[in-house]
Formats: sequence, structure tokens, C-alpha cells
Amino acid sequence: MIALENVNLKVKQGEFMSLVGSSGAGKSTLLRLLIGEEMPTMGEIIVGDVSINSLTHSEMPYLRRKIGTVFQDYKLLPAKTAYENIAFAMEVAGKDDLEIIQDVPEVLSLVGLQDKASQFPHQLSGGERQRVAIGRAMVHRPDIVVADEPTGNLDPINTWEVVNLLLKLNELGATVILATHDNSIVNSLERRVVLMDKGRIIKDEEKGKYLI
Amino acid sequence: MREKILTALRRVARSGLNSFWRNRWVSSATICVMVITIGLITSLFLVSVMADKVLKDLEEKVDVSVYFSLDTSENEVLKIKQELENIDDVKSVEYVSKEMALGKFEEDHKNNPQIIKSLEELGANPLEASLNIKAKYIENYDAIVSFLESSRFANTIDTVNYRQNQKVIEKLSSILSATRRFGFISVMILVLVAILVTFNTIRITIYSTREEIGIMRLVGASNWYIRGPFIVEGVVYGLVAAVITLILFYPLILFISPKISVFINSINLSSYFSANVLEIFLMQSLIGVGLGVISSLIAMRRYLKI
Repeated sequence: MIALENVNLKVKQGEFMSLVGSSGAGKSTLLRLLIGEEMPTMGEIIVGDVSINSLTHSEMPYLRRKIGTVFQDYKLLPAKTAYENIAFAMEVAGKDDLEIIQDVPEVLSLVGLQDKASQFPHQLSGGERQRVAIGRAMVHRPDIVVADEPTGNLDPINTWEVVNLLLKLNELGATVILATHDNSIVNSLERRVVLMDKGRIIKDEEKGKYLI
Repeated sequence: MREKILTALRRVARSGLNSFWRNRWVSSATICVMVITIGLITSLFLVSVMADKVLKDLEEKVDVSVYFSLDTSENEVLKIKQELENIDDVKSVEYVSKEMALGKFEEDHKNNPQIIKSLEELGANPLEASLNIKAKYIENYDAIVSFLESSRFANTIDTVNYRQNQKVIEKLSSILSATRRFGFISVMILVLVAILVTFNTIRITIYSTREEIGIMRLVGASNWYIRGPFIVEGVVYGLVAAVITLILFYPLILFISPKISVFINSINLSSYFSANVLEIFLMQSLIGVGLGVISSLIAMRRYLKI
């Protein structure tokens, strides 16, 4: 089975791009290729000036530190508090303790969760959980933020909070790639929209709309 | 840079210890098997040490006595002695003159008036002069004896007495090598079981933390940062098992030691154990850590896809 075929896509630095299409269109696969979770059987993926194809197994983690990821199911550690979940990403990357103590509260207040720092994921609402996840994604000050259906489990109000956070990250200089099938978001963003279907890109518009 | 590595090591160690503690019930089974394995290896080692000591003691007692016919002069015997001493395999030669032999005989039988009386009746010294020969190695005796028997002194030799210890030693060394072989096979089987059980425990840990592993990858943990805690876990199993084995062995040896000393009084197991406790613990720890790390590596190779 072929998940992606003839995909030729270029995202400029600082761009906010929405990747839309129905389930199974290949959005997630495209994002997974970008973070090195999967390897293409053909073709090349270049992030910045690095070709992912040429990265060795041990170089991959350094690529991932440059790319923040947000997922529909949050992927938080259930046994760690909001604070610890964000600190964990920094620990893992070898940041020293002082830096962690300084940066984590800052990130928490940026996503509006300074009061929930010591809450565990099960004590937080879906929107709050996703904000923790965004906090974790931004703690490395990534060049690129990849969000795969980040609002899939959220009500409209939380959805907008998450989208606004992504916009804020974009304003701070990060390239944002947002995969979604929520047309209300896409239509009100008025940013670049790439439409995928059956593993192909069928439409690519600046200030696009997603009409289905 | 050094500080960074230390920070990472600290975090990896903490994470490994954490998962050891979280899995403590599964861990306890692993540690039990390891304790049995390390205990068996230690016992085998101690038995081997004791058996070696017994063999050495017995070897010390082995010698060959050559008795010369009554009409051999003292000069002649001393000449033979000198010649024997020139042979490389010979460790020492002791000359026992007729008079010394008689003196020793009388001393040995002073409580037996009948023997003393018959000796007096005999008038002359009936005992032969002899040479007690000790070889460097037990295998050398055959050569020494055949050298004597084929030499030009052969006609002056009355009897060559090859002490019975030889047979005992041969028997003992064959028992020892059988014990070692049997011990080696059982140790190998237990090592295999220990590796399998530890491997399985680590596998469970990997399975139960797969979510965490996925997130670690996602946020850019380096490969060894993800693997590290599992190796730490294996090391902790080994160390804990080694400590428990040592704690179990100490009273056991205090209990057994006097019983062994009753049979073989030259052996004092408890003082040997106390004198070498550090080396023994080091050996146990190395075995434990080795088992743990090997199992971790196998489990990671098999189940930890990074």
C-alpha cells in the first residue's frame, strides 16, 4: 500500500500552514516522516539544510529537539505533574537543573497554566492537557512546531485557545504545520492551506479555504 | 561538558532505580534466582578452595622411602643421596641412618616391652638405612623410582616404599574434577535460568514503560538516555542479589565451618571467608552485575525499538 505519492511540498520559514484532508489522506504520515518516525521508501525530506534521509540513528534525537510536536492524544506522562511533564522534555535533552527551574514556569504561564503546575494530567481538562503538551513542545524553542489534530478531542472554546497558542508560537518565529480536518479553524485562519487526498496533494493555496 | 554528562548520568540512574522500585515484586523473583545462582557459584568456589587445600596437604605427605640392604655402607648411601639431589625433579632427600631408624623404632614402641625385649635378644641393629625422597610434583615419583631401580645402585636397594597416599590423592583428584564438572554444568544451567528470568523482568519493564519511551523519543531523548535506565536496572538487580547472597552466606559459613574442621582440621572455612570477604563479595557482585547487564542488553535488543 502506498501512503504518500508524488508529494512535493515546500514550507517557508515562519509560515503557518494548515494541512487538511479526510482521515487516511496521508496527513499524519507526512508529519511522521518530518520528525523521523518513519522513513520514506523513495524521495527526500529536508529540514532546514539537513536531509533526514542522511541522518544516522543517533543523530535523530537532535532533529527532534528542533521540532516541537503536539498530538490529538496529548501524549503526556500520567505519573508526572504538568510541571514535571514539561521539565521532563528538558531533562531528557540534557538541560541543567537551573535552566529547567527558570524555563518551565515561564512556559507554564505562557500557556496560562501557572496555577495548575502541580496537577496531574487526569486532574486537568482536555484543553489544559493540550496546553501542557504545547508547553512541552515549545520548551526547546523549536524552529518548527508540528501539530497533528491537536483539537480533535476539544470543544470549540478550548479549540480556539489551542489555535491561538499555535498562532502565538508562529508570531514568536516558529514555522507551524497544523494537520486538521476542522474546516472552521482553517477558514478563519486565512493562512496557507494544503489539501491532501489519497496520498497526494490536490490543492495548495495561500489564504485558502477548506470547503467540504 | 563534564557537568552535563554527570547530570545525565544522575537522571539515568534515578530513572533506573525508580523502575526497579516500581517493579519490586517482579524484581524480587529476579533477585531470588540471581541469589541462588551466585550462591551456587560461591559454594563451588569455596569447595574448590577447600579441596585444593586438602590435596596440597596430602601431597606434602607423599614421599618415597628407599631402604638399603644391611651391608651397604653409610658412604655409599650418602653418595646416592648426593646423586639424587642433583636430579631436577627432586625437592629434598633426607638420610635416615641405621642408628636413627633404631632410635625412632625404640621410641615408637617404648610402651611395648615385648618388642623391646626381642630387639635386645637380637643383639644387632636389624634396621636398614633409608633415604626419604620428596619430589617437586606428584607426577615425578614414577620417574624417580624407575631411575633408582635401573641405576648402578640397584643391587644395594632392598625395598622401595611408595606410600599409600598416592592412591588417596588420585582418588581425591578424580572426585574433585568430577565435582567441578558437575558443578560447572549446574552453574551453567542456573546462569541460563537467571538470564531468562532477568530478561523477562526487563522485558516487562520495557513493555510497561513503552508509553514513556515513546514520549522520550518524541521530545528528543538520545538513544542511550532511553537505554540507560534499563541497564541501571540490571546492575541494581545484580548488586542487590550479591549483597543478599553475602548476608545469607555469612551465618551459613559460621555454622558449617566447625563441622568441616572436625573432618579436616587443617581447614578453617570461616577464617578463610573472613579474610577474603572483600574478594568474594567482589566476585559475587561481578557475577550479579554481569548477569543483569547481559539480560538487559538481550531484552533491549529484542524489545526496545528506538
